[in-house]
Amino acid sequence: MERRNVDIFSRLDWLTVLLVVAIMVCGWFSICGASATLENHDFFSFATRPGKQMIWILCAIALGSVVLFITQTFYNTYAYIIYIILLLALIVTIFIATDTKGSRSWIHMGPVSLQPAEFAKFATALALAKYTDRFDFNPSAAADILKASLFFIIPMLLIICQNETGSALVYMAFLLVLYREGMTGSVLLVGFCAILFFVLEIKFSPVSFGNQPFKVGTWLVLTIIQLLEALILWFMSPDRKLTLTVLGIGTGGMLVGLAFSLSIIPFKVTWMQAVLIALTSAYIVFRALKDIARQYILVAVFAVGSVCYLLSVDYAFNKILQPHQRTRINVILGLEDDPKGAGYNVNQSLIAIGSGGLTGKGFMKGTQTKLKYVPEQDTDFIFCTVGEEQGFKGSVFVLMLYLGLLLRLIFLAERQSTVFGRVYGYSVVCILFFHLFINIGMVLGITPVIGIPLPFFSYGGSSLWGFTILLAVFLRIDCERTTSY
Amino acid sequence: MVTSVVLIYVIRLFQIQILDTRYRNSADNNALYYRTVYPTRGVIYDRNGRMIVSNQPSFDVMVVMRNVKDLDTLSFCRSLDITKDFFDSRMEDIRNRRKNPGYSPYTEQVFLAQMSVSEVSDFRENLYRFKGFSITQRQQRKYSYEAAAHLLGDLGEVSKSEIDNDSWYSQGDVIGKQGVEKYYETQLRGEKGTEILLKDAYGRIQGSYYDGEYDKAAVPGHNLRLGLDIELQMLGEKLMQNKIGSIVAIEPKTGEILCLVSAPSFNPSELSGRRRGEHYQDLAARSDKPLINRTIQGTYPPGSTFKTSQALTFLQEGIIDTKTQYPCNGGFLFRGLRVGCHTHSSPLSLNFAIATSCNGYFCWGYYYMIGAAKYGTPQKALTVWKDYMVDMGFGYTLGVDLPGEARGMIPNSDYYDRHYNGSWNGLTTISNAIGQGEVTLTPLQIANLGATIANRGYYITPHVVRSVEGEEIPDSVYTKHYVNVDKENYEIVVKGMRQSVIDGTCRSANNSNYLVCGKTGTAQNRGADHSVFMGFAPMDDPQIAIAVYVENGGFGAVYGVPIGALMMEQYITGGLSEASKRKVEDYSNRVIDYGEEER
Repeated sequence: MERRNVDIFSRLDWLTVLLVVAIMVCGWFSICGASATLENHDFFSFATRPGKQMIWILCAIALGSVVLFITQTFYNTYAYIIYIILLLALIVTIFIATDTKGSRSWIHMGPVSLQPAEFAKFATALALAKYTDRFDFNPSAAADILKASLFFIIPMLLIICQNETGSALVYMAFLLVLYREGMTGSVLLVGFCAILFFVLEIKFSPVSFGNQPFKVGTWLVLTIIQLLEALILWFMSPDRKLTLTVLGIGTGGMLVGLAFSLSIIPFKVTWMQAVLIALTSAYIVFRALKDIARQYILVAVFAVGSVCYLLSVDYAFNKILQPHQRTRINVILGLEDDPKGAGYNVNQSLIAIGSGGLTGKGFMKGTQTKLKYVPEQDTDFIFCTVGEEQGFKGSVFVLMLYLGLLLRLIFLAERQSTVFGRVYGYSVVCILFFHLFINIGMVLGITPVIGIPLPFFSYGGSSLWGFTILLAVFLRIDCERTTSY
Repeated sequence: MVTSVVLIYVIRLFQIQILDTRYRNSADNNALYYRTVYPTRGVIYDRNGRMIVSNQPSFDVMVVMRNVKDLDTLSFCRSLDITKDFFDSRMEDIRNRRKNPGYSPYTEQVFLAQMSVSEVSDFRENLYRFKGFSITQRQQRKYSYEAAAHLLGDLGEVSKSEIDNDSWYSQGDVIGKQGVEKYYETQLRGEKGTEILLKDAYGRIQGSYYDGEYDKAAVPGHNLRLGLDIELQMLGEKLMQNKIGSIVAIEPKTGEILCLVSAPSFNPSELSGRRRGEHYQDLAARSDKPLINRTIQGTYPPGSTFKTSQALTFLQEGIIDTKTQYPCNGGFLFRGLRVGCHTHSSPLSLNFAIATSCNGYFCWGYYYMIGAAKYGTPQKALTVWKDYMVDMGFGYTLGVDLPGEARGMIPNSDYYDRHYNGSWNGLTTISNAIGQGEVTLTPLQIANLGATIANRGYYITPHVVRSVEGEEIPDSVYTKHYVNVDKENYEIVVKGMRQSVIDGTCRSANNSNYLVCGKTGTAQNRGADHSVFMGFAPMDDPQIAIAVYVENGGFGAVYGVPIGALMMEQYITGGLSEASKRKVEDYSNRVIDYGEEER
């Protein structure tokens, strides 16, 4: 490996820098709007949040510049070491952190508080990029995928130990990266199904049907399992008869059962459905052995596994989840309407954004944010301030900045010549996207309330610096894309 | 995928920011606190510009529960002159969200309302010791004279139904409950202003919204000028002390009510302020019912004052003329029916009949009218008679500008047909001729009869309020209601009433300074007779028409005439002679014993 001086100034992707700085500036103004009270408009005093954020932003720019001057070789070489250092930091944090609202994720060092979890993302991305850059890495091999997954599952678990479930969930974003690298989509499908089944099962309460309590959610899920079973077979096997048989036994049997239950003797149709799925699965396994088509077995495993998963959801939801988690899920699914309780944040957030209208109330004119109706309004709920004070126009503008940034980063990631660069690039994209998706979604009442910041926008030094390093490293890698090796 | 997520979010933003207005309203409800600025209520003056009702500061003791700390309850209670039990229950009521739906521990709540300056002075001195408590100034009515309570009316807290009927009001506002305060509520109340304040998530006030740009100033209520002469009113109330009854005086030319005395009366201040409810209960419980405004709500047999209306009717219908003579043999004696009377020199003519209040004369006149061939049947005759009565303002409300006016009773043919199965005649209903039987009038209607005669044939609807400041007086106020009786016939009756003062039943009403016309009444009822007087003066330029009604006062000449005479003297000469002053003392000290019977 040869070290060469790279002309960073000319090779840097200035569009990305411009977009990020624009986002930071918008963020700073929003923090001014969110943290000011009616009397206090002092933005530059270090005692106020805008004043502090100004310092964080300046430091972040300095930090980013420093990072840009460190070569890719350094990151590539020390990726694992950086990763291990941050894992250690995460572990240490669990023990030395003071309890802040139930979470143990902050290290206080004099006047400065740091959140190591914010920096672990960049380390994880580096380590994952380095691992996948190996010549013998095969993304379609389950073992390799599992090993690669360990890189983000370990920090995830550590962060869960810090009671920061929200931040931990961000690491799920790396699954998308692996998918890009060629991991089979079935993992994503399984994940998607898991969420879908969970929501359906919880969301629909039992109704009375033919004098029997009828679990609509369960019925829906089981029906979807039956249909998916048939659908996957359709794509897998050239034998159309097999698919139709499965569909006939499953769905047909269910409909007959439903009619029978309704008109003659009421019984639990869902149980019959489960039995039907078991029967069809058994038939598929039989055919798999007979036709020597191993992949059929996966379908059967998927179907049976889904049913087992479904059975455990109820138990997990009612027995394992904490009451406040249960309430959050219920509120997000619209099962609980409690404006002063768990739904308060989201409700006030919607009111603040909704009251902004097309053009907003004007900078520093937002009543909802100014009068502290929205909690966490300069960190996780910062987007409310944009919605209220800048209205639809301002909100869309900010979303467009993010869209531009993400699309640009995807473009940069795609043009990387190395797996290392590409994986790292996609890690950046996926992390940012996940944050954007959850944060804005929660503010708009679409996704559950998970306390993660809006990148480059929310108040807070750790997250800002974490994202800055994450992005700056990628920009440096991008600078060297054709010059390395 | 990135694009689609952003797109979904943009759609969602569009939905909640532009399509759905619900959130905008919620935001305003959240953050904007509309504080009502109460207007000053209109002031009320009498006809001579004397202020009778004005406003005075009253004080509400307020509390912010959150700030109450280390309260020395004992000295607190002592400074406000309340008991510990009262303190505890009041604090509990304030915290009870069912009783006090707008409760927030961060905002001011009313602890005690409408305290006078003297009631809060002790408390105010020690205010610094009571953290969380404060005093807000409001307004309540101040009465310069302890008179005219019925006419002026009172203010009270709005009821649920009043709030439902008029969105102007909200919980805790005051509204006119009686009298002028009620009738002229919309003119007196003014317009509320609003101050828009910002409140934060804890309900704490953070400042004004856009520096008060959208605030609305309160518009004070209109002042009222009454036709009332407060001096005359006070004299009337003095004369009616310890008696039950009414005095109504009207300026005939304008229809303005000069005084409206309903006895027993009470001090209007009693129904103002914090102890209103208590006083109201006491007054309502009394057997002599002081809360009733007898001048417009009491319906009485008018007695002989009614004979003037009969004379006018018979003259106009040609039943009698000035030369017609009827016999009086100690009353009306016919076919075994007898309506008693004092023995007058018989036969007698109209002038003398009015002067001496001869029952016999008017009974004959009535009998001949109801039996007159030109009408065909008694029914038709009575209908004609009834139309005259209604024309003179009887049987229906006059439309005075006060709430609760009664209409009295003028029987019609249907009424008698029902009672007598269609078989009746003048004799059956003979009491009508002398203002007895089914006929009842309010004292206001009797006074209005006097005003109509004084005007020789018309009246202007009696009214209490002369003008509303800042408002045009509608022409309808001065509309003359002409009675369908010729002026000459009125002149005949006026002469009779003058005769009555010269040498008839009203002799004691005579005054050497001006010519008085009058008519007594002695209305029979279950107990002692009611003493009634109706008159006006001066005869040729009437300035005052008056009705005096003293329940169970005996002959008209016993109370009615002297009281009426004193009132007219006060109004016309602007004062009383020494002799009259002694008379006032005499009459004001006379007590009529009404016993404990509910009235």
